[in-house]
Amino acid sequence: MNVTVANLTKHFGSFVALDDVSFQVRSGELVALLGPSGGGKSTTLRIIAGLDHPDSGAVAFDGHQVEGDHARKRRVGFVFQHYALFRHMTVAGNIGFGLEVQKLPRAEREKQVRELLRLTGLEGYERQMPSELSGGQRQRVALARALAPRPKLLLLDEPFAAVDARVRQELRQWVRRLHDETGLTSIFVTHDQEEAFALANRVLVINHGHVEQEGTPLDILDHPATEFVAKFVGDVNVLDARVEHDAAVAGALRVPLERATTDRAVRLVIRPYDLKFWREDPGIATVTRLFPLGDRVKVEATIDGAGTLMSQFPRRSSLLRGIEPGCRIAIEVTQARAYPRSGALPSSPLRPMLRDASARTNAEIES
Amino acid sequence: MRPHLLASSPLRARELVEDEPARPRPATLEVDVIPREPMPRLAIEPIDSDPRRRAAWTPARGIVFVAVLLYVGAVLLLPLGALAFEAARLSVAVIVRGITSAAALSALKQTLLLTVVAVVCNGIFGIAAGLVLVRQRFRGIGVLDATIDLVLAVSPVMSGLAFLLLVGRNGWLAPALQALDLRVAFAFPGLVLATLFVTLPFTVREVSYVLAEVGNDEEHVAATLGSSPWRTFFRVTLPNIRRGLTLGLTLTAARALGEFGAVLVIGGAIAGRTDTATTFIYGALEERNDAAAFGLAIVLALVSMGFLITLENVRKKRARS
Repeated sequence: MNVTVANLTKHFGSFVALDDVSFQVRSGELVALLGPSGGGKSTTLRIIAGLDHPDSGAVAFDGHQVEGDHARKRRVGFVFQHYALFRHMTVAGNIGFGLEVQKLPRAEREKQVRELLRLTGLEGYERQMPSELSGGQRQRVALARALAPRPKLLLLDEPFAAVDARVRQELRQWVRRLHDETGLTSIFVTHDQEEAFALANRVLVINHGHVEQEGTPLDILDHPATEFVAKFVGDVNVLDARVEHDAAVAGALRVPLERATTDRAVRLVIRPYDLKFWREDPGIATVTRLFPLGDRVKVEATIDGAGTLMSQFPRRSSLLRGIEPGCRIAIEVTQARAYPRSGALPSSPLRPMLRDASARTNAEIES
Repeated sequence: MRPHLLASSPLRARELVEDEPARPRPATLEVDVIPREPMPRLAIEPIDSDPRRRAAWTPARGIVFVAVLLYVGAVLLLPLGALAFEAARLSVAVIVRGITSAAALSALKQTLLLTVVAVVCNGIFGIAAGLVLVRQRFRGIGVLDATIDLVLAVSPVMSGLAFLLLVGRNGWLAPALQALDLRVAFAFPGLVLATLFVTLPFTVREVSYVLAEVGNDEEHVAATLGSSPWRTFFRVTLPNIRRGLTLGLTLTAARALGEFGAVLVIGGAIAGRTDTATTFIYGALEERNDAAAFGLAIVLALVSMGFLITLENVRKKRARS
């Protein structure tokens, strides 16, 4: 089912939850709404389900507006973060509830419940109460319950946030497979960029009640439209830099610009994995700390005359050779992005002023 | 001072890093901190310490123990014991005769009837009010909330008086009641009003508490599964608040059984008509009809005890779940 969300706005008192949110989900897609809490993702999801109502704007299913339709008429499956299982019903009772509402004959109902129990790997648990199940099992019951009445759209609100990391991985794969098999149009909300990128065909980054960027996971990772998106979709270094001729300069670090810009001051956003460090005297920076993170080591360095940079290297990487606190290093930036320094509108969508700016060797780094 | 660390000694390095006092990180690195959603509520029950493990005896504890025992004895056990003792001195036949008189039976019937009415009305109103208070947002909700608790602060005698001002012979509503040929004051409807007044908060409070605790996600899920509001209420909401409701209604019943001041003022304790069990006991004592007074007091105590046991069972069940 195609879903169109057009110009949704919603206020809670003076708090702006949604500020003109519009997007489309095509039939069969698995879309992630990604963003920090309080950004409006869950509100959007609830409005699509009919559990909440926008101040203005509209939601349409296959071109038909559904604003007047009560949640129970919309045929939308909804899965809550904390499962919201009917606590006084058994697993089978929970899964069968939607079928009972549809007044399906008992035999047919039981057959479908059995089928869903098999699909979710919950056979043998039908007589258990929700309180007797683990978090992962509860979430699978919640999914089975949502799928039972054959919804046309599946909405998942932070579906894996309440289960532990290992179970989360399993559930993710299971949901991905389920989606691939059934082709059910699905939208899920998450604050975890890894989850969004691992699961979704398309990701919408939502912040301060509006869509910052939408695109495929790779689009968003490699071409973040705004500084916010760049920061949100992974660890980044941000340096205030000034533009000198054809380069952005932050202290002793100099990154050539690919395109000319009229901005005098920019913010350089550099991912930890787009940096290379090696020992060099005099160099342009001093290593301040090493953080062992298991299979990787995080290195913190302070650039002469500018801020701190973080980078990460595999633990046995040759790039770590001789790197220790206090040593002087040279820095190579393989990829960076610059954004106009925007004091007034920190979250407005901005066009990047340069792309793939890189310092090719340390020869181009002033010392 | 800068700790000298080697990449080949990860443990040592981490220790040092963590031991170092926190220092403000450069502003440019704030981006490392991705906003997190609030921690999910964990479904882990707190581990109760073993109640059988008692603290060791000390003189101070002994003094407190004796003081508590004396206090409870003087305030509770002594009078109840006296009641039981005095009742036991009377012959069973006399007591039975006392409580099977027409006036006593009528009083008992009135009290039980009032209790049933209070339980039914509070059952319906309590759920409705709980849903309104917990699930709806509107201006003045705080005032409504506080008004319901007002009952606990107001003396029942005052409430009886207030109703008299409304429905008494010269009350505000007297002309309307006369036109409709309705007797409220010094009649059963008056007793009902007074009882409803004094029992108002109990069910609302218990139901609101449970409603707030269970939240409305389950109701929302039911709606998305196609359930009508009535079905959702009977299949999801009501089973979820059942224990709170039972507790609230038990308190309501106990209050209705024992109410004295309000029903006395508005009902006037007219024998055979507006006399309730409590006002009958009072009247019987005044007339030195001890047998009837003791007899009905014991009946009332037994009924209340029945409620108390129900209440305890409900509480225990709630504690377990």
